[in-house]
Parts: sequence; structure tokens; C-alpha cells
Amino acid sequence: MSLELLTILDQDGKAQKGKDPNLPAAELQKLYRLMVTTRALDDRGLALQRQGRIGFYLQSTGQEASHLGAAYALKDSDWLFPAYRQPGILLLRQVPIEKVICEWFGNAGDTSKGRQMPVHYSFRQANFVSISSPIGTQLTHAAGAGMAARMRGDDTVFMTFCGDGGTSSNDFHTGLNFAAVYKAPVVFVCENNGYAISVPSCKQTASESMAIKADAYGMPGVRVDGNDLLAVYRVCKEAVDRARRGDGPTLVETVTHRMASHSSSDDAARYRDAKDYEAWKKKDPIARFQLYLKHKKLWNDAFEKECVEGAKAAIQTAVNAAEAVANPGPETMFDDVYMNLTPQLKQQRQELHDLMLKGGVGAQVGHFPL
Amino acid sequence: MTATETKAGEGKTGTKVMTMLEAILDAMRTEMRNDDRVVVFGEDVGKKGGVFGATAGLFEEFGEKRCFDTPLSECGIIGAAIGMAVYGIRPIAEIQFLDFIYPAFDQIVSEAAKMRYRSGGEYTCPMVIRSPYGGGIRGGHYHSQSSEAYFCHTPGLKVVIPSTPADAKGLLIASIRDEDPVMFLEPKRIYRHGKGEVPLGEHVVPIGKARIAREGTDVTVLCYGAMVSVCEAAAATAAQAGRSVEIVDLRTLVPLDEATVFESVKKTGRCVVVYEAPKTCGYGAELSALLAEKCIEHLEGPIVRVAGFDTPFPYTLEHLYMPDEKRVLAGIEKTFTW
Ligand SMILES: Cc1ncc(C[n+]2csc(CCOP(=O)(O)OP(=O)(O)O)c2C)c(N)n1
Repeated sequence: MSLELLTILDQDGKAQKGKDPNLPAAELQKLYRLMVTTRALDDRGLALQRQGRIGFYLQSTGQEASHLGAAYALKDSDWLFPAYRQPGILLLRQVPIEKVICEWFGNAGDTSKGRQMPVHYSFRQANFVSISSPIGTQLTHAAGAGMAARMRGDDTVFMTFCGDGGTSSNDFHTGLNFAAVYKAPVVFVCENNGYAISVPSCKQTASESMAIKADAYGMPGVRVDGNDLLAVYRVCKEAVDRARRGDGPTLVETVTHRMASHSSSDDAARYRDAKDYEAWKKKDPIARFQLYLKHKKLWNDAFEKECVEGAKAAIQTAVNAAEAVANPGPETMFDDVYMNLTPQLKQQRQELHDLMLKGGVGAQVGHFPL
Repeated sequence: MTATETKAGEGKTGTKVMTMLEAILDAMRTEMRNDDRVVVFGEDVGKKGGVFGATAGLFEEFGEKRCFDTPLSECGIIGAAIGMAVYGIRPIAEIQFLDFIYPAFDQIVSEAAKMRYRSGGEYTCPMVIRSPYGGGIRGGHYHSQSSEAYFCHTPGLKVVIPSTPADAKGLLIASIRDEDPVMFLEPKRIYRHGKGEVPLGEHVVPIGKARIAREGTDVTVLCYGAMVSVCEAAAATAAQAGRSVEIVDLRTLVPLDEATVFESVKKTGRCVVVYEAPKTCGYGAELSALLAEKCIEHLEGPIVRVAGFDTPFPYTLEHLYMPDEKRVLAGIEKTFTW
């Protein structure tokens, strides 16, 4: 059994007849702007890391259509259990850029109070659940949240993401199995971007595709061109509608490519297939969507300039504001371990306080190498 | 390290200055050349040579059969290693960060640790699980933790932690040759710091023997991994104030070299235990309890623990979380004034 790759836009940005979801003009332009802003945000994140102003960064370059197209199929009241490579969703859900960048700095303006390394966001206001590093764990959480929504009779849908590497995790099996058994309203999006750090996706599985695995769990699996925003949107919209109807989960595999290194600590030039990379360069999701807008007379140089310059300016303003925010105070280290400080934590907080009064406590630490 | 610990006459002679990372690589290369049953695998250990470079060049020298990338599954890595070990291969399984070992926890504590016991010695699991651990690299929650205590609490596992390049090589070779499963935990903070002379060729540091890193008479500091150099700095400062500090680098947490530890504490009459992990139920708690049982009549002050706080590992405030020289010094003072 093999699954065809669903595409709507060809490389020239022409939509296949009968498949175009015909989104309103303003929405199409909004989506384009979101992709452009996401890429600019990623470029800035990496630059700040290279300048030593933040400790780490991880880009989503090349995968803008994949995660934005998917999340655009949701209602704002629907929840996300993301992995770490979907920053565009924060912009889609109107999280202020300054808040995003405060997280990079891990400062007092960061919603997670500087507890996690950069790009591990938590934005309850956007129904965007706290990201952790261990691969795959969120897949089972999404299944559980979906089960809970069904228990309550809510019509919330849950979308969760993983990479091709994530399909090898224990939680991929468990999450899909639970979601299918309990008909949980979940859309599992596997962004197959070709690599898990240096390991090519062909080494993750002997299956012909990731989507095909859905069959064994008793749910539909769909393979879609991840660099085609309209196709990703369309496939995910169907999956979201299906989940909301009470018909259970879907696995969507978006076939895309990681155009940057894994993270600021990695150098993909050491292991990636150069020919493959060049070929993917020609399939850039933003360029393709731009051509589509052009055919529709929704794109011109002035609009492009406005999108690019607008994104840069907004990001610059946000960086300036975020960089001026102080770090969280030492005492905050002991908060949120539990709802209330335990007697032991109170004691330890006091101990640190006294030591700091005496002066000088605080080891020199090095830099994060991955 | 004493001269007798290097098998004279075997392998090449001489030494080379290396980082701990280079010494670890050298240990694996040496054993892979020595023993064709030894294989190395894990995530990104092949072409990339490991995310820290600990396996750089092994794929090129030994081929994909003996150094290979696995699917992203720690459970798979360890479970497969157990199967290989039971069958007679000598696996070195790399877990990219100790923080990511938990999907394999069941395989480690229920299977690897108990294989020998539950089969009455019929089946065994000689394998090494190598993993970078510990803080100090701005890695936040999931690239910084020191969870050695979970493994120390599991009978059947040996737990080894080097603090110098030479020890890293010698202990890793000993671990590869050991007949039981060994957790070989690598303090990543000092992977590239503090180069040292490392014997070339065969070099074995026996498991279960501590090292006196600094001799002293007034107070004993027990430590391991990246904390050893922090304690050494504190001891140098304390010396200026007239305190003579003895530092014991444990090297092996299980089995512990009780003789060396007790001898030192009986001599000095005071003890500070330093570890990065959260304080409560950390390995230092076990040390304190042991000393209370075995050395109480020699103690002239309280046994003091200097450790991480009982919180998850923070990102921005990492420098305040990790025990540093000042905190060790404060701990030393507490054994004199309480
Ligand atoms: C359980 C676990 N093991 C290892 C790691 C280290 N690690 C971080 S990202 C990564 C690769 C993930 O690849 P994939 O799931 O394909 O996602 P991508 O990075 O390509 O988006 C690895 C091995 C981790 N975070 N968690």
C-alpha cells in the first residue's frame, strides 16, 4: 500500500482545478505575511545567538507552510501540543513578538520565567501548551487532552506536532494508539523534514512513509506536500472537521525539508546531501505561495516590501524592548516547583539569599553546545 | 592514577595531552581495535560523530557495522543493547543526554540491572551506557540534569563518573571490559576544559577505586565529576585561610570505595559532600548516612551537603543553582562552626 502525496500548488504557484480552498484575499495575504514574518523571526533568532546575545536558537526555515497551514485549520479555541519547530503558530495566534523574544532571553518578561532554554515556549493565552525537549512526549498528552474534552462534551480539537525522528519515540506509538482507541479529537502532524539532527528519515523507519503507519492504529493517514500551504491547510482542515465531528484522530505527514542546520549548535554541511538540499531550495514554500498570490493579483513589489520591512521593523522593536527587560530575580528559582513553597524550599531560598548577601555566589557557566 | 594502574608493556607507551572528550574517544577506539565484539551506537554517533564529537572518526575507521546511528528511541537503543549483550556482543550505547534516558528506564532498571540475578547467573548484560550529564552549559531543564541517584538506587548497575581525561579513558576501558552493565556518566561541562596527560594505548583505571585529588588534614570533601575542579578551587582558597582540605574524587559511585572514604574522614574528622543534583535523596545523602553509621565517633562537626536545590534545573538562574566555589567554602566553614 502506498500513499500519494497531495499537492495543490505546482512549482509555478498554479492551483489545481477543483482543489483550491479559495480562501478570502485578505486571509491569503495574512498567511503570506505570517510566513515572511516567521522566517524573519528565525533569521533574527539565529543572528542573536551568533552575536552571543541569546544562548541558543532553532529555526523552522523551509517549514513555514507546513506548520502555519496546519494550525490555520484550527479555531482559536482549539489547543496545540507543539514540538519546538513551529514558531509561526505563535504569530498566527497573535502572541506579541516581544513576548516570544523575552523567552529567548529567558528574562522576567518570559511567560515561563526564564526556566527553559530558548524556543521552549508556553503561552496559555494562545492555547499553546508548554514545550519540553524530550522528543514525542506531547503526542500522548494531546491524546489525553482529547479524551478529556470528549468526557466533558466539549468540541475542542487538539493538534500536536512531531518530526520524522519523533515517529520512533515510544510516545508516537502510545499517543496514536490511545487517541484511536478513545476516538480522541486529535490531529497528529508529523513534519517529515528529512532529518533528525544528522540522521536521515530513511533511517528512522523501514516503512514507505510515516503516514502509512496510521493504518495500523486504525486511523486515516495522509501525506501532503509540506511546502504547499494550501494543501497542508486543506488536509488538516478535513482532519480537524473529522475530529470535531467525533470521528477520531488523523495522522498527517507533511513532506518538507529542514533548510537550516538542526539548531545553532549544529552544522548540517557535515552530513547533509548537497544535491538533495539544492533541489529543496527550489521548492521554497514562501516563493511558491508568492507566485500563487501573484497570479491572483494579490502580490506586488509594494506588498512584498511592506511585508518584509514591516516584519523586520516589528521584530527590531520587539528585540529592543525584550533586551531591556531584567532577568528573573534569584528568589524566583524556588517558585512553581509546587503550588506552595515547601518548608525545605523556603529554607533553601533563605540559604541562597544569605549566601548572596555575603557576596559572590554564582558559578561561571559555559555555553550550550547543542 | 598510579603507575600500576596502567598495564606496563601492553600497547603503546607514552602519553598525550587530551581533553576528556578526546580521551573518551580514544578509549572507545582502543577497545574497538582490541576487541571486535565492541560496537558503538546511538543517535547521531555515525557520520556526525556524536553531538559533542565523542565518536568522531569511529564510523570512518570501523564502518557502519560497528558504529551506527539508530532511530530516535532510547528504549530501542538500550533494549537492543541488552539483546546484543545477552548474545555476546559488547555494546556501548550512547544516550545523547542523560535527560533523555527515561524512555529506556524500564529497560535499564528492570532488564539490564536484573538479568544476571533473575537468571541465576545464566544470562548477563555486559554493556556500557555512556551519557553526558550535568549542568554548567546553559542547557536548561533537559540538557543539564544529574540523575545519577536513580541508577545508584538500582542494584545490578555500576555507576562510574570520571573527572579527568586520564580517568575518563581508563575508567571507560574498564567499563567496557566489565562483566556487568555500567552507567558511564560523562560530566559534559568539563568535556573540553582542563586538558590532561592521557596514557596512549591500553590504560585501565579499575572500577571501585577512589582517588585522592588533594591531600589535606582538616576536612574531607567528597565529590565527583565536574564538581571536583570546583572543590579544588575552593580548597586552594581555604588553604590561604589556613584550612587544609582533602579532596576525594569518588570516580565510581557504585561500588563505592568505602575504605578510601572512611580513611580520609577518620583522619580529618570533618566532611563536606558536594554534588550537582537536587539535594534531597541525592547520592550525597547516601554518603552522609554511611558516614553517620561508620565514622560518627571520629566526626568533630556535622556532615554537610552542598548540592543543587530541590527544584528542576533552571535556565537563566543556572549560575545560582550549581554549587560553586563560594558555596563549597561556606559548606567547609559549617563543619567548623555550627
Ligand atoms: C528523547 C529524546 N532523545 C534525544 C533528544 C535529542 N534531540 C533533540 S532534537 C533531536 C532530533 C529530532 O528530530 P525530529 O523528531 O525529526 O524533529 P526535527 O528536529 O527534525 O524537527 C534529537 C535526537 C531529545 N530531545 N529527546
